[in-house]
Amino acid sequence: MTAQSPTRPPRVPSGRTRHNAEKWSWVFMRVTGPVLLVLILTHLFINLMTGDGISQIDFAFVAGKWASPLWQVWDLVMLVLALLHGGNGMRLLVNDYAQRPWLRKVLHGALGVAVIGIIVLGSLVIFTFDACPVDADPSLLPSFCEDVR
Amino acid sequence: MSPTTLYRGHEGMWMWVVHRVTGVAIFFFLLVHVLDTSLVRVSPEAYNEVIGSYKTPLYGLVEAGLVAAILLHAFNGIRIIAVDRSTWALRHQRQLVWAVWIAFAVLMVPFLWRHLGHVFGGA
Repeated sequence: MTAQSPTRPPRVPSGRTRHNAEKWSWVFMRVTGPVLLVLILTHLFINLMTGDGISQIDFAFVAGKWASPLWQVWDLVMLVLALLHGGNGMRLLVNDYAQRPWLRKVLHGALGVAVIGIIVLGSLVIFTFDACPVDADPSLLPSFCEDVR
Repeated sequence: MSPTTLYRGHEGMWMWVVHRVTGVAIFFFLLVHVLDTSLVRVSPEAYNEVIGSYKTPLYGLVEAGLVAAILLHAFNGIRIIAVDRSTWALRHQRQLVWAVWIAFAVLMVPFLWRHLGHVFGGA
């Protein structure tokens, strides 16, 4: 190891730099973890335990939930926090296990594209969702679509 | 690498492995889950067809595994925060590992009862 210049943070064996950014990454995981626990366990309880559980899930069920702004916001916050928390966790695993710099760069890039792409896609789906598409089979739509027609 | 380390070869190390493995599994499921939900923007038929395959026995068991991974990751995450923040929790970190598995079992049993009833009962 050559001597490090004073401006460069010391490297730990995994290759992570002890930088302020890493402290914020740690704080982010600590704060979003408990929030995600509440968001996701509620999500699982409502979708899998109440009513007919997994058997009830279809287009009309999703439409019924997203008719309420509460579930739109709930799912949006869950989407963003879960992907950032999971993406950051995966970044730490890449730092720990991908030793070659080029491989690390490729994996970090792929991770960034996946996380941002899925957040954008999911947000668009929530906010451009049409509960009563005109050309769809009416039997598959939520009951409130009859009033819309 | 002192013999008094909390991690190497003890409960804490195994929970560290559990945390990593469940985290990776949840991350990849999350990517797939947003993609399948996005089918609601294609058509009701497309969404219902793909979600219909999630109601088969094979996927029903995969979902049970996924819920197990989420519960373990969640409760172990709380344990990690507690052990970092409180000296009481640090002293009792071994018992807290048990607490994670007990809390996991307490939620998993009623969930499996209900979920597997839906998947295999054809309800």
